[in-house]
Order: sequence, then structure tokens, then C-alpha cells
Amino acid sequence: MELVTPSIGLVFWTVIAFLFLLLLLKKFAWSPILNLIHDRERSIESALTAAENAKDELKRLTNENEQLLKEARAERDLILKEARELKEQIVNDAKKTAQVEGAKMIAKAKQEINSQKAAALDEVKNQVSHLSLAIAERVLRKEFSDKAKQEELVSDLIKEVKLN
Amino acid sequence: MVGSIAAIGAGLAVIGAGIGIGQVGGKAMEGIARQPEAASKIQTAMIIAAALVEGVALFGVVVALLGNNVGA
Amino acid sequence: MYFNCIFNFKKISLSAVFALFFAFFTLQAQAQDSIDSASSVEKMVVKEDHPEHHEEKFDPTVTILEHISDTHDWHLWGHTSIHLPVILYTPAGLEFFSSGNFLNEHHESVDYTGKYNTYRNEEEHIRVIGADGKVDEQASAKVIDFSITKNVAALFIAVFIILVMFIGVAKTYKKRVGKAPKGFQSVVEPFIVFVRDDIARPNIGYKYERFMPLLLTIFFFIWINNLLGLIPIFPGGANVTGNIAVTFVLSAMVLIVVNVKGNKYYWSHIFKPDVPFWLLPIMWVVEIIGIISKPFALMIRLFANITAGHIIVLSLISLIFIFKTLAIAPVSIAFVLFMDVLELLVAFLQAFIFTMLTALFIGSAVEEHH
Repeated sequence: MELVTPSIGLVFWTVIAFLFLLLLLKKFAWSPILNLIHDRERSIESALTAAENAKDELKRLTNENEQLLKEARAERDLILKEARELKEQIVNDAKKTAQVEGAKMIAKAKQEINSQKAAALDEVKNQVSHLSLAIAERVLRKEFSDKAKQEELVSDLIKEVKLN
Repeated sequence: MVGSIAAIGAGLAVIGAGIGIGQVGGKAMEGIARQPEAASKIQTAMIIAAALVEGVALFGVVVALLGNNVGA
Repeated sequence: MYFNCIFNFKKISLSAVFALFFAFFTLQAQAQDSIDSASSVEKMVVKEDHPEHHEEKFDPTVTILEHISDTHDWHLWGHTSIHLPVILYTPAGLEFFSSGNFLNEHHESVDYTGKYNTYRNEEEHIRVIGADGKVDEQASAKVIDFSITKNVAALFIAVFIILVMFIGVAKTYKKRVGKAPKGFQSVVEPFIVFVRDDIARPNIGYKYERFMPLLLTIFFFIWINNLLGLIPIFPGGANVTGNIAVTFVLSAMVLIVVNVKGNKYYWSHIFKPDVPFWLLPIMWVVEIIGIISKPFALMIRLFANITAGHIIVLSLISLIFIFKTLAIAPVSIAFVLFMDVLELLVAFLQAFIFTMLTALFIGSAVEEHH
């Protein structure tokens, strides 16, 4: 019976000791310990999150760089292409202009040649007429004496002229 | 005389607790064998259940103790 | 919760060595006693305040009950003991004197005449002696004993140890903010985190933080006292957590906290349970018994477990004196060793279960939804 009967004195002292312990520990031990453990856990967690974020950021930056590089490359390709096209166009234009100019020159030359030829022909015709007049003169001088012969010569000469 | 009867009472209480804790422990073992990944949870539950069973047995022992002392 | 660590071989062997050491210490102390007096068998019975038992046969029950119950002086060895102060509340006023006054120089029990009455230490109960030299029952009933008994002294020592330990650890924490734990701090931290993550949080829920100081204090108070109770020499050896008064106070605290912090869901569950109205009165009785019986079970469980452990160890030691031979000593020591190791586990387990069930009760009282 004695074993299971709480004695008042011990109950009294236990209450005092336990409450004393509880209050002192709460103030001087548990609050700082729990807070600091909590803070540490949070700081570890935030550090982990920050590391994760940094990793993501790095990934993002790498991606961005790659994107930029790609864009730059594309830009360069575009510029090169345009330049090439331009060059080709210029060359083509030049070729075309040269062709047109050449054709023009050829046409001019032909015209010149034709006119020269015409002039030459005129000259030749004049010469021929002069020559024929001279011949005719000579023939006239020589042949006027012999009438028959004169007429024969005239007709021959005319034939010759027609051949031309 | 009362003391002996009290001792028998305590013994009977202990038999009950023994069976109870044996059951709890055995089933917990089975559970752990079946699901080793839940071992820690099963252990916690097992200890609580064992403590409750044991508590009942201890009531018996305390009552036996009381009876013993009252008789004497 | 990982109990596997408890079964870790290294630790077991360490505690075994400790237990062996303590066991030998007890044996040595008793051997010392046997040199002092003629018979070692009688020695166990011969308390310095009971010289009249000198010729009595060794009675293990008396010896064991003496060892596990509270005393007014702390027996160290042989005839040496610490005389603790006796504080008595009498209707006339407070009495304050040393318990050594109950012994004369021959270590015989004597009566002591204080300021208001004459007192006798009768089986560790302070009784008032009337003018006729007999116990005055009426006057004795009015005297309340607030003495610093062995258990109270052991309690104060435990409180002191806990305070030094944890305030020291708290200082280390403040000094090493944000760093990894070091030294004793890293011994304590797993237990604090264990109480928080495995006891408080799963059982109480998100409101656990308010109850952490109480749970931690209960846990370490019980554990340290259990461990000190296992030490057979001076600073330990008192059966503090195996005393019903101490466990009564602890469970009363739990009862108060649970019912004061209980919210409306908790009370509506008790007073308006979902049953037909004619069952309500019965339910009220059942629920109120439930309120009382939960902490009552806590009280009995801790008391009975620790007391039972002490009784078993003392019974095994008593075997030597029952058989009156040293030949039985190795067997007895081996069993004591085994029990001591088991008690180390029980010391932790009981602290854990008390805290766990406290958390469970608090959790059920502060639970929001139904």
C-alpha cells in the first residue's frame, strides 16, 4: 500500500522541481536550441534551394548563350547570302549593261559600215561614171571617125555597165 | 495467504500481458517482413501497442501489490 | 525512429562494461560491509536506524522494499550516510532539523524532541510521540512531511544535471550558429530532433511547437532520472521515477495540459458525442473516466516499470544472501548484468513512451477537424 501511495512531501517537491526545470529549460535551453536548429535547417534548405537556382540560372544562361550564338550565326549566314546575291546581281547587271552597250556599238559599227559602204559604192559609181565618161570621150574621139565602129563601141560599153 | 493469492493474481496478469505483447511483437515482425520499408513506422506503432498492453498488466500487478499490502 | 542503433554491438558492449563495473562496485561495497560487521548476511538487513533487527533472518522483501522506497537519509556505505534535512509542517509551525537526530552515536534509533513535539522515525514515517511515549495518531495525522528525502535530493541532483547539460548545450548552440553540431551538442541534438520529428510532429500536427518545451522536459527528465536510478552508488541509486509521487506529478501535468489546451472539438467529443440522447449520461461517465484513466495509465506504467526493474535487480542480488554463499554470485551477477543492460533500454523506452503518449493525448486534444 505504501508503495502506491504518493507522499505529499515528494509530490510538493516534485512539482516545484519539475516546474522550475520546465521554466528554466524553456527559457535558457529549449527556445534557443529549437530556434537555432530550426534556423540551421532553414539555412541549409535555402542554401540547397539557392544552389538549385544557381544551377538553373547557369543552365538558362548557357541556353541563352547558345541561342545568341545561333542567332548570330544565322545573321551572319543571312548577311553572307545577301552579299552573295548582291554580288551576283551586280555582276549580272554589269554583264547585261556590257551586252547592251556592245550590241549598241555593234549596231553603230554596222551602221557606219553600211554608210561607209554606201559612200564607197557612191564613190565607185562616180568613178565608174567618170571613167565611163572618159572612156566615152576617148571612144568618141577615136571612133567618131568611123561611124560603125562608134556605135559598136557604145553598145559594148553599155553592156559592160549593165554587168556592174 | 493473501500474499500468495496476490502473487497468483500478478502472475495471471503477466500471462495476459505476455500473450498480448507476444501477439503485438509477432504481428509486427510479420508486417516488417512483408514491408521492410515501413519498419520504422511499424516499430513505433508496435512499441505504443506493447506499452498499452503492458499498462493493463501493470494495473493488475499494482492491484495485486495493493491486495498483498492490505491483507498483510 | 531507428531503434537499431540501440542494438548496435559497440554500444551494447560499452554498456555491458559499465554495468559490470557497477555490479562489482556494489559487490565491493557489500564486501566492505562484511568486513565491518561479522555477518554479511545480516548486513543487508542492518540499517543503521534499525539496530533491533540485528539478529533477524535475512528477509529479501524487507530489504528490497527498503531499497526502492523513500528514506530520510541517504545511505552511502556501512554506517556512513548523508543525513538529509527533515522539514515538518505542524499546526504550530515549521520544524526543521537533520534526520541524523533520529540516530544516536551507536546508530540506534532514538526519538527527537523538536521545537513543538517529540518525533520518532517509524519506518521512514515521522510520527509525533505523546507524553506517554507512544505514537499520538491524532497529532501525527496533522503533521505533513515536507522533508528533503533521498528521492527529493536525487530529484534535485537530476534537475541540476539536466540544467547544466542543456544550458551548456544551448550556449554551444549560440556560439556555433549555423554550424554543424560538435561534441556534446551532437550527442544531444539527435534526441531533440527525435522528440521533435518522431514524437511531437506526427502526433500533434502543425501546432507542435508550443508543446516542444514540455515534451522535451518530460522526455529528458524521465530519461535522466531513470538512468540515475540505475547507478547503484551515491549520486544515483534513488528510485525517483519508480516512485508513485513523481510519476503522479508528471501525469498530473499531462492531465492539466491536455485539458487546458483542449479545444472545442475535444470537449464536444466528450460532452456531445454522436449517440442517442439517452446514452449521453453514460457517455459522460465513460468519457470522464477516459480523461482520468489516460494519465493514470501513464503514472502506473512508468512507476511499475521502473520499480519492477529495481525489484528484479535487487532480487537477483538478494539471491546471494538467500543462499548464503558466494558460489551463487557469478550467476547472480550475470543475471544482474543482463537486467541492467535491459534496464538501460527500458529507461529510454519508458521516457519515449511517456513522451509519445503525452504527445498523442495533446494531439487528440488540439486536433482541429473531426
